[in-house]
Amino acid sequence: MGGGRAGQDLHLSAEQVRVSRLTRLLESEKALAAALLAPGVAILVLFIAYPFVMALWYSLTSIRVGEAGEFVGVANFTKAMNDSIFQQAFRNTVFYTFWATVFKLALGMWLALLLNRHFRLKRIVRASMLLPFIIPTVLSAFAWRWMFDPTFSVMNWGLYHAGMITDRLPFLSSGDWAMWCAVLVNTWRGMPFFAITLLAGLQTISPDLHEAAALDGANAWHRFWHVTWPLLLPVTLVVVVFSVIQTFSDFQLIYVLTGGGPANSTHLIATYAYQIGVGSGLLGEGAALSLFMFPVLFAVVWVQLRFLKRMDNA
Amino acid sequence: MATVTIRDLNKKYDNGFHAVKDVNLEIRDKEFMVLVGPSGCGKTTTLRMVAGLEEITSGEIRIGTEVVNDLPPMDRNIAMVFQNYALYPHKTVFDNMAFGLQMRKYPKEEVLKRVKDAADILGIESLLERKPRQLSGGQRQRVAVGRAIVRHPQVFLFDEPLSNLDAKLRVQMRVELKRLHERLETTAIYVTHDQVEAMTLGDRVVVMKDGLIQQIGAPLELYGNPANKFVAGFIGSPAMNFVNLAVSSDGRWAETEGLRLQVPERLRSHGGKRLTLGVRPEALQIANGTDQHGFTTTVDVVEPLGNEILLNFRAGGAPMVARVDPGVRIKAHESVRFAVEPGRLHFFDAESEAAL
Amino acid sequence: MLIERKWKKWLYFYLPMAAFIVFTLFPFYWMAVTAFRPDSELYATWRQPNAAPLWTLQPTLEHFYGLMKTTAFPTWLWNTMAIAIVSTGISLICGTFAGYALARLRFRGSEFLGTAIFITYLVPQTLLFIPLADIVRDLQLGNTPWALMLTYPTFLIPFCTWLLMGYFKTIPKELEECARIDGATRFGAMVRIIFPVAIPGILSAGIFAFTLSWNEFIYALIFMSSADQKTVPVGVVSELIRGDIFFWGQLMMGALLGSVPVALVYSFFVEYYVTGLTGSVKG
Repeated sequence: MGGGRAGQDLHLSAEQVRVSRLTRLLESEKALAAALLAPGVAILVLFIAYPFVMALWYSLTSIRVGEAGEFVGVANFTKAMNDSIFQQAFRNTVFYTFWATVFKLALGMWLALLLNRHFRLKRIVRASMLLPFIIPTVLSAFAWRWMFDPTFSVMNWGLYHAGMITDRLPFLSSGDWAMWCAVLVNTWRGMPFFAITLLAGLQTISPDLHEAAALDGANAWHRFWHVTWPLLLPVTLVVVVFSVIQTFSDFQLIYVLTGGGPANSTHLIATYAYQIGVGSGLLGEGAALSLFMFPVLFAVVWVQLRFLKRMDNA
Repeated sequence: MATVTIRDLNKKYDNGFHAVKDVNLEIRDKEFMVLVGPSGCGKTTTLRMVAGLEEITSGEIRIGTEVVNDLPPMDRNIAMVFQNYALYPHKTVFDNMAFGLQMRKYPKEEVLKRVKDAADILGIESLLERKPRQLSGGQRQRVAVGRAIVRHPQVFLFDEPLSNLDAKLRVQMRVELKRLHERLETTAIYVTHDQVEAMTLGDRVVVMKDGLIQQIGAPLELYGNPANKFVAGFIGSPAMNFVNLAVSSDGRWAETEGLRLQVPERLRSHGGKRLTLGVRPEALQIANGTDQHGFTTTVDVVEPLGNEILLNFRAGGAPMVARVDPGVRIKAHESVRFAVEPGRLHFFDAESEAAL
Repeated sequence: MLIERKWKKWLYFYLPMAAFIVFTLFPFYWMAVTAFRPDSELYATWRQPNAAPLWTLQPTLEHFYGLMKTTAFPTWLWNTMAIAIVSTGISLICGTFAGYALARLRFRGSEFLGTAIFITYLVPQTLLFIPLADIVRDLQLGNTPWALMLTYPTFLIPFCTWLLMGYFKTIPKELEECARIDGATRFGAMVRIIFPVAIPGILSAGIFAFTLSWNEFIYALIFMSSADQKTVPVGVVSELIRGDIFFWGQLMMGALLGSVPVALVYSFFVEYYVTGLTGSVKG
């Protein structure tokens, strides 16, 4: 009576089995996660992880364009450390990163505080302040180069007519001046990033706190130092780290502004690595030069993570 | 002498919104003045103008004899307790309370003494080394009050300080604040939307609506002699019952469906007009025998509260509430006769809503 | 607004604000003036008494025509735009999927993967360009747009993933659970319920990725060798300087025209861009 019937009910068609297995697969968190992550991870592995390992390998060989070269151990690295141009480039990179970050932070913070007030045209001003950051670096760097041109500089013109100089300023023709000019352009470009991000952070601070501080007798500077700055520290830290990573590995700006000159005095690690690796075709040495950036970046991020963790626990 | 004089105060925002309209107020030395009203009535804006946190559109504010219109907040010698406490999250309780004194360069020993004294008064000595996020709501509120006390200001300003506390705590803190005011003897301006707080805390109360002052007076004055329908309905809980009545042409009777009463002598000139009658729930008594001033109705809902019973019913076409002794035994849908003392009736002009 | 003395407002606000605005926007003004200035006026030395560099009295389009006709600038514009759109598209798809997986699904190694993706951001392009050139050549993608369309996502995906991860975390779980009770599969709930709600976040990531893509230089420089494959940044740098002579008029016109598309797209989506920028830091 019932036996045969029950058996029939439990028997699913092949089709039904296939469909239910597929849905079970899509339901499974693990399988779905794997499927979703696959394309992104694939691109990152193929175009970052793999080349990174290759770069490590190259740096240990004497590979050049056209010939495979042979294993040379750390020869490329020692050569770099004894190379006076590289030493200069390393010093330049630290100088450039340090000063640009300091100025970007100070000016960005100031601008954020200004933008945090209510005034007419606020939206337009805020939007246009981001332009230096939006516009391709190469293009705006050219505009600056034109502004620094030895013969036609508008800044020389302005300063001359304001009576401040009698002879032209050697903006890009002297190594020291050129590095400061690069800091200026980098600051100009990166300041909006700091400003907008710090502004967002400022807006999370309840206005009550500033009002209470004002009632407590704190003037504008005290309010900033005792209330705003401590509360902004986490955001500031993150922004600074992002910026340091970008600035330390910067290539475009110096390449366009000075090309590394005059006489290799304004090279950054990245531009020098390019000159050696691509310009002279010494791929192995170029890779080694680039790798000098990695430990510094890693250290910066590591310090930031420790700091943030300590602040979270405080 | 820390009086606060507000004359013809107005606040208009850029978008045209007129938040405070021609406010005139004289707060006496050591007085606890409460500004009360529904949200958007302008009470907080007025307070903030006294504090210097909002620009004044027109009018004048004096603290003592000094006109403070253009003085920044820190120069007005006032202290404020914010609704959300505004405690500095990264500073300890001690530093929170000491901050104002440190900004004014008080010597260290003085700062220590004042903070300790305030902490003692408020019972938070054990919390001095903690950070705000480690405190409960009630504790944070005390720290906020403590921060105001240490400054020994001329005037205390309170911006709805109890609204973020749970009901029980609120009642407790109310009593403590009153005790504190008696002890410190400092002028205070207190803003709230809760009429119970206004009645229990204020020496005088200002009722505001839509930017205008409706009435200023001692709590019992507002309760017994409300100046208009709004004040009558705002003060007292459950709210006063209102009925619309039409007056007969000869001015002697006022009636609406199911309700008819004699118009008192002084109002007989209102013949042919419309009136609003107001009577408080506690003024309605269960009638005994043959009272002339009464009416019969059927009870809809009975709400026993333990200390009293609320009877909900309809009379004169309007829903009403009566407050009776807990011993009364009335059930829903029973018929009841209520009586009112003529002296406890309030009359308002139907259009202007002013008391008559 | 706190009451403050009137003169303070001028000193502390209007003056600095004006200074910032001039500082920020002057180079663009200069770019534009130079682009429309005839060559004859252009090369007036800085000490010449009648030099008036701040404006031009005879605006001209000669540089515009020169740029369009004698160089491959229009092609560069097209290339850059196409590459930006495709790489942004690829990164958005990968980033949205990955962001969702990391934010919503529980599986072993999800924290590790999140950190790993973060680490890839640390590896600068200036380190990878040397071996990448070889890989691109081996895949026979050299000098084709696909070289960039596939490599740009390497720095766009981590950013998109992060941003969208943070965004997904703010969407309440109840939405999905309700959908699944209503009969949708996990995948269906993701696509039909969650993604539409996340569109603002996706727009933010997209517009930010778009601007980053326009800004890229070194990969384009290395992988693209022929003039008709170059992107705007590379083309302007390599083709407008002939033998040590800078054709500033055309250069500035090129810089100006090269900036316009990005600026235009940005101006339509400013709020989204700002959300993207700040979200990446908070995440």
